[in-house]
Amino acid sequence: MTAIPHEAMGRQLVAAARWRPAEWVFWLFAAATVLLFPDRYLILTEVAWLGLFALSLDLILGYAGIVSLGHAAFFGIGAYSAGLLAKHGLINEPVLALVVAGFAAAVVGFLTSFLVMRGSDLTRLMVTLAIALVLRELANRFSDITGGFDGLQGITVAPVLGLFEFDLFGKVGYIYCLSVLFLLFVLARRIVHSPFGLSLRAIRNNPLRAAAIGIPVNRRLIWIYTVAAFYAGVAGALFTQSSAIASLDVFAFDRSADLMLVLVIGGTGYLYGGLIGAAIFKLLQQEVSSLTPQYWQFWIGLVLVVIVLLGRQRIESAVTFVPRRIARLFGKEIAALPGGEAP
Amino acid sequence: MTYALETIDLKKQFGGLAVTRDLSLRIATGARHALIGPNGAGKTTVINLLTGVLRPNGGRILLEGSDITALPVHSRVLRGLSRTFQINQLYADLTPLETIGLAVSERLGHGGDWWRVLGTRADVNGEIAEHLARFHLLDVMGERTATLPYGKQRLLEIAVAIATRPRVLLLDEPAAGVPESERHDILAAVASLPRDVTVLLIEHDMDLVFSFADRISVLVNGAMLTEGAPDEVARDPRVKAVYLGEGADA
Ligand SMILES: Nc1ncnc2c1ncn2[C@@H]1O[C@H](COP(=O)(O)OP(=O)(O)OP(=O)(O)O)[C@@H](O)[C@H]1O
Ligand SMILES: [Mg+2]
Repeated sequence: MTAIPHEAMGRQLVAAARWRPAEWVFWLFAAATVLLFPDRYLILTEVAWLGLFALSLDLILGYAGIVSLGHAAFFGIGAYSAGLLAKHGLINEPVLALVVAGFAAAVVGFLTSFLVMRGSDLTRLMVTLAIALVLRELANRFSDITGGFDGLQGITVAPVLGLFEFDLFGKVGYIYCLSVLFLLFVLARRIVHSPFGLSLRAIRNNPLRAAAIGIPVNRRLIWIYTVAAFYAGVAGALFTQSSAIASLDVFAFDRSADLMLVLVIGGTGYLYGGLIGAAIFKLLQQEVSSLTPQYWQFWIGLVLVVIVLLGRQRIESAVTFVPRRIARLFGKEIAALPGGEAP
Repeated sequence: MTYALETIDLKKQFGGLAVTRDLSLRIATGARHALIGPNGAGKTTVINLLTGVLRPNGGRILLEGSDITALPVHSRVLRGLSRTFQINQLYADLTPLETIGLAVSERLGHGGDWWRVLGTRADVNGEIAEHLARFHLLDVMGERTATLPYGKQRLLEIAVAIATRPRVLLLDEPAAGVPESERHDILAAVASLPRDVTVLLIEHDMDLVFSFADRISVLVNGAMLTEGAPDEVARDPRVKAVYLGEGADA
């Protein structure tokens, strides 16, 4: 030991949280897409909100180990909140509406978290699935408010911050979605490197030991579940604001299941998995569906099967498979690297 | 007199099987107390009851005089009761640095902090350094726990318990399964535990028990057979009978 030990401790811990070169490249490229693909704003916008939605699931699945087949519940709450706020002119400014929609989803997340905390993975899958189904049924029942199967009609979105009007090509919409994604990503990154974020990984690794060092396990899980619901709500609100529609399918089971697929493709537990997965998923969807319009889901299914088979040595293969190198570039398994690896 | 830890008529059943029978155990403050007994006597169950992992079917548990019977696991830890596990319970994907950092953060009340990056608080870092150095973990502090040699993992199991700064520490067979070559470090760590920490040690190795303990309780079939100073227990014919054929060198 040459250095004073406790400073060395600090340096090594902080190094794990430092931005890596691959991350700078990733976000510079994301910003560059605005200039590079001017005729692709619609799909890029979809990638942005889907990426945020997947980031939300990664926070609970990849970090806290909470499985969910009903994450569309929060997406749907956010989508309808944003739609109703805009339609009835309650809050016209999109950013403020976005925050309110996120909080609406967070409240539902907090209240339902108590149901989700109980029981095993299997019961969690069932309970989350049931919550999404119940919400969808409620939206259907109160069709005078939600528009039922026709969806909310006549949503117009005011200029962002009163300055930037949504244009026909979707450029402003895309920049808006990408900016929100980036800001919430930075926040999520901060959270996962904090003691709170680390305690989630501890709980996922070993809940028995987590409690035995004084971590209030349930309280921590309830918090992250609520935060993730906020993220999903914002993703849903971005969806409504950028597409000017909200219909019952925001709560659909397909949406929750596709989200799992996104994380299977991108990998969990390093935050970029949801973003990379969302981009690949949307590209696959577009390419394959233009080749064989009827069967694109079959091909996506096939891709999924291949991925699961390749990664099945490990128990968690279905959700942790990702080319290890890519994940490592973004700082996963920093543990194995010496402290000097960071920029 | 208040004891560091006390149970009153503690009971636990698994279905029809009574595993803890009206156990009244008293551990004096500052004691080096050993709990021994044959395999399946219910020693680990007692620790699980004391720490709140299991709920008793009857009886009470007092920590420094106050009733903790109904408290959840993590609250007991914050009140100064900590343990190690017979079978390692560590975080496979975390490093020793993170594992200890987490325990120290929780103890100092920073565990719920979601903004500041771990490693930016000097008080936390200082304690981490102290624990890692004391338990010879500095050289492996940045490696995934799952990849550490078993002896190092066993040391980390004790280190993380100590990092919560317990006033009462429960050790469940700390040397179990440790190869002879790594055994010395574990025994030294146990021997050099801070004197102001009250320790309850479960152990099958009688050399360790008799070199360590100033008081011994003998548990058989979930009930207390006898309790006393080491030389009394060693002379007790009932204890010898229990261990006869067990191959223990008591
Ligand atoms: N969760 C459980 N469900 C049912 N039976 C259990 C459970 N835990 C322990 N037992 C039983 O309770 C008895 C006591 O087990 P315990 O682990 O407390 O013994 P022990 O004294 O620690 O043994 P060892 O020296 O082998 O560690 C055993 O018969 C065991 O099979
Ligand atoms: Mg045992």
